[in-house]
Amino acid sequence: MADMMASGESPDVLFWVGCAGSFDDRAKKITKALVKILNHCKVNFAVLGTEESCTGDPAKRAGNEFTFQMQALMNIELLNGYEIKKIVTACPHCFNTLKNEYPSLGGTYEVIHHTQLIQDLINTGKLTLADNGTFKGKKITFHDPCYLGRANDVYEAPRELIEKLDAALVEMKRCKTNGLCCGAGGAQMFKEAEKGNKEINIERTEDAIETSANIIATGCPFCNTMMTDGVKHFEKEEDVKVMDIAELIANAADL
Amino acid sequence: MQQFIFGVLTLFSFGFFAFNLRKIAQNIHMGLPLDRSDRKAERWRTMLLVALGQKKMFTRPIPALLHLALYAAFVITQIELIEILVDGISGSHRFFQNGLGGFYTFMISFIEVLSVLAFIGTIAFLARRNMLKLPRLNMKELAGWPTQDANLILVFELILISFIFTMNGADEVLQRYAGTSNGFAISSWLGPILFEGKSTYTLHVLEQIGWWGHIVMVYTFMNYLPYSKHLHIFMAFPNTYYSKLEPKGQFTNMQSVTNEVKLMLDPNADPYAATATDAAPSRFGAKDVNDLTWKNLMDAYSCTECGRCTSACPANTTGKLLSPRKIMMDTRDRMVELGDFKRKNGQDAEDGKSLLGSYITEEELWACTSCNACVQECPVNIDPLSIIMDLRRFLVMEESKVPTELTGMLTNIENNGAPWQFAPTERMNWANEE
Repeated sequence: MADMMASGESPDVLFWVGCAGSFDDRAKKITKALVKILNHCKVNFAVLGTEESCTGDPAKRAGNEFTFQMQALMNIELLNGYEIKKIVTACPHCFNTLKNEYPSLGGTYEVIHHTQLIQDLINTGKLTLADNGTFKGKKITFHDPCYLGRANDVYEAPRELIEKLDAALVEMKRCKTNGLCCGAGGAQMFKEAEKGNKEINIERTEDAIETSANIIATGCPFCNTMMTDGVKHFEKEEDVKVMDIAELIANAADL
Repeated sequence: MQQFIFGVLTLFSFGFFAFNLRKIAQNIHMGLPLDRSDRKAERWRTMLLVALGQKKMFTRPIPALLHLALYAAFVITQIELIEILVDGISGSHRFFQNGLGGFYTFMISFIEVLSVLAFIGTIAFLARRNMLKLPRLNMKELAGWPTQDANLILVFELILISFIFTMNGADEVLQRYAGTSNGFAISSWLGPILFEGKSTYTLHVLEQIGWWGHIVMVYTFMNYLPYSKHLHIFMAFPNTYYSKLEPKGQFTNMQSVTNEVKLMLDPNADPYAATATDAAPSRFGAKDVNDLTWKNLMDAYSCTECGRCTSACPANTTGKLLSPRKIMMDTRDRMVELGDFKRKNGQDAEDGKSLLGSYITEEELWACTSCNACVQECPVNIDPLSIIMDLRRFLVMEESKVPTELTGMLTNIENNGAPWQFAPTERMNWANEE
């Protein structure tokens, strides 16, 4: 972003990579898949690079409003300095925080989830999926991220994308508004679960395996980690893959 | 004489009810201010759909239909209740019957049909609770009074309906003796089955027992409500009107924190000037019910302990201690306790107890994934999550009681701008990796 600014250019959209997308080995693959799509469609985008910092979401959900607002105000200063208007992110937690919690602190942007952007690219004809048979005969189930679904009522964009693949979308018994959490939200990702008789991600993976889907599609790097761990728990890594929608689309578009 | 007794009974019932409503209002006002005066049209719409229209009940069709029978019977019976009030005060008999004619017959018939459905619904509810032992209606937080409360309400309803049919049934047989009929849908055949052949005197007594029994039960029920979870029949309306209309994922930004953070970030700010003018909050987050907003407290009075929240809670269903329903029940119990204490000992008195600690434990709070399933499920738009978050804020910001792993995460964010220990300079590494 700094380079673009220096050469007097301005991006149409800022890709907010997020901490998981920047540092987590699995999530980095999602980041790269999305960048492939953006580049292929010649989207005029930028990233903040080393200037990006945590949105503060996990701090806020953990109850530390100070740390959250410190992060938020610093990020807002940076984003406003670059005159950012529109942000896309592959992380529903960043999405929710940037979209809903930044405006009253002085940072108002049009914030979209990457599934919404990809949907738009396909609908406007900028992205066409190759008929390469990658997903032929496959069953795909979509796990609703809480911060995309219930928190922000985005249920259809990811599903429409799956339906564009040459595959069958199968729903879990708990889906959309009734979707079960993967267990990572509310800063649980960064701590051990409280005492109980089961891990939440195991419960959720059972829902997914019950559909006999070949692929569990997600739209959140944390859900991805939790579901991947769940699949490993049942030793089903060979039969069930956990993939982000961006990866599915990048594959289907031969990118 | 009867009219006099009726008048005194009515005045006393409404008086005592008003007295208790005032206490409820006072208790809700212990909460902090929150502005929900915006978007009025949307608020009315939400109330009409969710409270009057019971929209969210229908995600579970069987209890929704049973509940609808009780609800419809309750709402429609209010019309008959108006007649009972008029008859009671003026000494008339079925005041509306002559004026309304055929419509009256239709109306009472309608009430009777709904009452039969409500009777069946009530039996089904008792069975679900006590015989089928539905898990969400038999959890440990319901042991003791909450279970008694639930059964008592259902028994009240059975008695109420029985009195209606005693009254209408005896009246019907009396009419038949006089060669005519009220023509009401249920009592015109149920009455003769129950009371045919009884003397006119007995029938008059039965009719009076039905009439008086009904009104006495109505007044008893009304005055029982403020002590019961059943208060939801009223609270559902204001509570849905004042629903949170923002996206569920949007948590409040604490203004008191913004002021302090801005001071820290702005090198030119004069710390003394700012702190002197802004009244500092008594505390960050919530320790007790009076640190919550009035809407949180209204939520607590609106909860009828149905447990949909808890049955959808990922933490609860995997055996963790957290139950969103218990959060609401605890909030109400503590609010009533503190309200009574303050009325007795003065507004500034402290009883040494608090919601956090005396009722809700840290373990419950830390089990929450903030997934909003409880908020989504609630048929009257209660928001247990905002209470959980405010209690967490107190734990973290006032008491520094943070699970160890989270301390690490928070330190990382503060030091290197990520929840993990990676340097900001490594943020772009993904671009060069294969």
